[in-house]
Amino acid sequence: MSNTDALLSVRDLRKHFAVKGGILSRVVDQVHAVDGVSFDIAAGETLGLVGESGCGKSTTGRCILRLIEPSSGEILFKGADVKRMDATALRSLRRDMQIIFQDPYASLNPRLTVGAIVGEALTIHGLAKSRREHEERVVQLLETVGLQPDHMRRFPHEFSGGQRQRIGIARALAVEPKLIVCDEPVSALDVSIQAQVINLLEDLQEQFGLTYLFIAHDLSVVEHISTRIAVMYLGRVVEIAPARDLYDTPLHPYSEALLSAVPIPDPTVKRQRIMLQGDVPNPINPPSGCHFHTRCPIAKPDCATRVPELRESRPGHWVSCHYRG
Amino acid sequence: MAEPLLDIRGLKTWFKTDDGMVRAVDGVSLSIDRGETLGVVGESGCGKTVTARSVLKLIDMPPGRFEAGEILWQGRDLIPLDEAEMNKIRAREIAIIFQEPMTSLNPVYTVGDQIAEVIELHQKLSRKQAMVGAAEMLKLVNIPNPERRVNDYPHQFSGGMRQRVMIAMALSCQPKLLIADEPTTALDVTIQAQILELMQEMKERFGMAIMLITHAMGVVAETTQRVVVMYAGKVVEEAPVGALFGDPRHPYTQGLIRSIPRVDRSAGRQARLESIPGTVPSLLNPPPGCRFAARCRYVMPACTQAIPPLKEVAPGHKVACIL
Amino acid sequence: MAGSTPASLTADAPASVAAAPRKSGPTSPWQEAWRRFRRHRLAVASGVVLLLLIATVVLGPFIWPVAINDIDFAAKLQGPSWAHPLGTDDLGQDLLARLIYGGRISLAVGLAAMVVAVVVGVVVGALAGMSAGWVDAALMWLTDLFLALPLLPLLLLLMYLFRDHFKRLFGVEGGAFILIVVVIGGLRWMQVARLVRAQFLSLREKEFVEAARALGASKLRLVVGHILPNALGPVIVAGTIDVAAAIIAESTLSFLGLGFPSDIPTWGSVLRDAKDYLDIAPHWALFPGAAIFLAVITINFMGDGLRDALDPRRVL
Repeated sequence: MSNTDALLSVRDLRKHFAVKGGILSRVVDQVHAVDGVSFDIAAGETLGLVGESGCGKSTTGRCILRLIEPSSGEILFKGADVKRMDATALRSLRRDMQIIFQDPYASLNPRLTVGAIVGEALTIHGLAKSRREHEERVVQLLETVGLQPDHMRRFPHEFSGGQRQRIGIARALAVEPKLIVCDEPVSALDVSIQAQVINLLEDLQEQFGLTYLFIAHDLSVVEHISTRIAVMYLGRVVEIAPARDLYDTPLHPYSEALLSAVPIPDPTVKRQRIMLQGDVPNPINPPSGCHFHTRCPIAKPDCATRVPELRESRPGHWVSCHYRG
Repeated sequence: MAEPLLDIRGLKTWFKTDDGMVRAVDGVSLSIDRGETLGVVGESGCGKTVTARSVLKLIDMPPGRFEAGEILWQGRDLIPLDEAEMNKIRAREIAIIFQEPMTSLNPVYTVGDQIAEVIELHQKLSRKQAMVGAAEMLKLVNIPNPERRVNDYPHQFSGGMRQRVMIAMALSCQPKLLIADEPTTALDVTIQAQILELMQEMKERFGMAIMLITHAMGVVAETTQRVVVMYAGKVVEEAPVGALFGDPRHPYTQGLIRSIPRVDRSAGRQARLESIPGTVPSLLNPPPGCRFAARCRYVMPACTQAIPPLKEVAPGHKVACIL
Repeated sequence: MAGSTPASLTADAPASVAAAPRKSGPTSPWQEAWRRFRRHRLAVASGVVLLLLIATVVLGPFIWPVAINDIDFAAKLQGPSWAHPLGTDDLGQDLLARLIYGGRISLAVGLAAMVVAVVVGVVVGALAGMSAGWVDAALMWLTDLFLALPLLPLLLLLMYLFRDHFKRLFGVEGGAFILIVVVIGGLRWMQVARLVRAQFLSLREKEFVEAARALGASKLRLVVGHILPNALGPVIVAGTIDVAAAIIAESTLSFLGLGFPSDIPTWGSVLRDAKDYLDIAPHWALFPGAAIFLAVITINFMGDGLRDALDPRRVL
């Protein structure tokens, strides 16, 4: 997986959260939110990151931007190690990597006008040399995402969820980033609006040559927009493959189960559903060896002792399982 | 044809707000037969949750009120009933489960206590007997170690388990109808699959009817027998599930189905998702005529003049559209 | 509630389903709050009364140019009359003039003490809320310490100890004013600090703050531009209550003889002078008492109205 001209390269990323307990609030345990994640993203592509709650996908996204400090691992953006950047370098990194959030209601400051929200980045990085230029740029951004210039003076609460998400996208575009981490950008929207926002994201990708890390739990949406997809389970990547390959021939038992659980909006399609037993284990005490072995339909004894490596089973299709691929 | 179990006729549930009357449910009619699973589908603001809560009269009466209509439960209108009489129907005959199990369960009581409370209220059993019943219900919903877990608190369960507890509570008195308001929306997809399967199992065991409210078309396609599509407080289409997906007649239903990305092979790769233009109309001052007219691709002048009635275009398939 | 946007990429004036579309321009959250406040009839009425009270004490001396210390033994202890609408005291001084003058002081003290309490409270609370490490722990320990102090005895002690000092430094009136304001404000900042800290702790985690961080905003910008404006709602409410409390505290101090010197009339000191003449000249105590009561109750009602109008659940 050594792709030296990848835009973003993540190697063995780990993030542990300390759990404090006892009278003196000592660290008693660790939440292994991200437990050794590696992947590459090439310029211009969309890597989908899927998994269920607690798998660490959101934490991974935030670590890449250093909104959360990673515990260990390497994050290379255009060859430079993000983890080791100082404050100045980090600041200019903010112009290259941006993020779009899930909740359209919580991600916009209710007391700022839309114009102020979208234009804040311009002010922070001094990207506009005059007031007029600033305003022109804000108008341009609003129009790019399908809003009108006079929306600049309005406040977020006057807009619907889909429109707020557009405002968030305009905000991210203000710095002209190369990579955007999309953290469940459509999960909180109605189905018909999801389609609009996804179309917008795709248009923008083409227009500006953007690269996306698309984090989501809705597999249908991810399949539609992604070039490649990485499946996460309990802090680890279990499979990475081109989108179509993953859906046609999932190799990892978890991917298989995940895909079979997605309800299809067509009553005539009958599917064999693979039912997983039990719940996702607690990330404080993840199962030994392969994290998935406690729920895996094909688990063998050594799955509990040996951690599987992510291997290239077919060209471009990587799996982390002892018995598949 | 046997009398339907639940028959809602022309229900109008309105809310008085500072800005005027919000017509959340504005003339909705639907019925559920014994043992049938009806899906009620629509996006936010269409009135499906208000409809569901209206059945059990769980709406705060100021500001809400029943402007018109009847809710016939086994032939008897529920609207004029007082609280005491409604309480005999709640849980015993009609039960409801909600989207967020954490907020529906009282965090300071054990789940055993909460299930037992329902049993005690409706079956006149002693506390001890009710607790035994509670453990049995937990076992029924496949919670491992039910005798031990009966003494656990809600926060000690995961999301999927809590929803099972909710289902256990709802079914403890073996109601004839289960209203499930977005029961799996907050759950992971693999847990969702488990819960839906559990509901199906329970339905078969108890011969229950289910009113499943959701905005997820995939869930509807897999679990329901008939579907009602709501938009802006009204029913726009009603059909058996196969007919709805195979031959949607209302432009809103068509738009909704086409805007969903498909994961399975048979759908083929779509280049661009279709979306529905426009905004949901205000329920304060609904536009005259068909409420979907402003966003409809087939709109004609006649559409804005009168509300199209729900008429039957094929056996069991009703649409509210001029076309 | 999620609505939808036109696919033609132009969006009209949006409206969520339950709100009426506003015909006028954009409404900021503050304007929304004002709208909600206006609906509280009691609060609005109180606001009007308070404004009248303030107008009276500010403009009073121009409309009723009677001296506050015109001693006239012939007119002493008279009830309300045309010459003296609120009566006179035992030295024949006109009560209306004295209460107007005293009102200025009482209200000014109330306001200034509130400002001191709020400023100190916001600074402490913001520091604690943003640091969340040992700084937070230390500041909270300090806050708890101050909260544990008995207010009234401490007020009295501090006044007793430092009154002469301040009198020498800032003059009689100025010294008393500053000391009282500092003492009252200095013992009321704790509630504000706790409130602000709680707000900061919750707002820090909000996504819009995270978004600003992702844009590269400095910590200062985060605090001043994003967190503080959203934290102010409860602080404003606490502030109005502080004004009322400060007025009562000052009145209490003056009543006990430890506030302003006795020739400077404040509502509390007039009350003190009147207390020995309650059976002969009840009007003397009634009017300052009524003034204090009126000021405090209108402020409290307004505070109620503000609390509902600025309810953070609605705006955030």
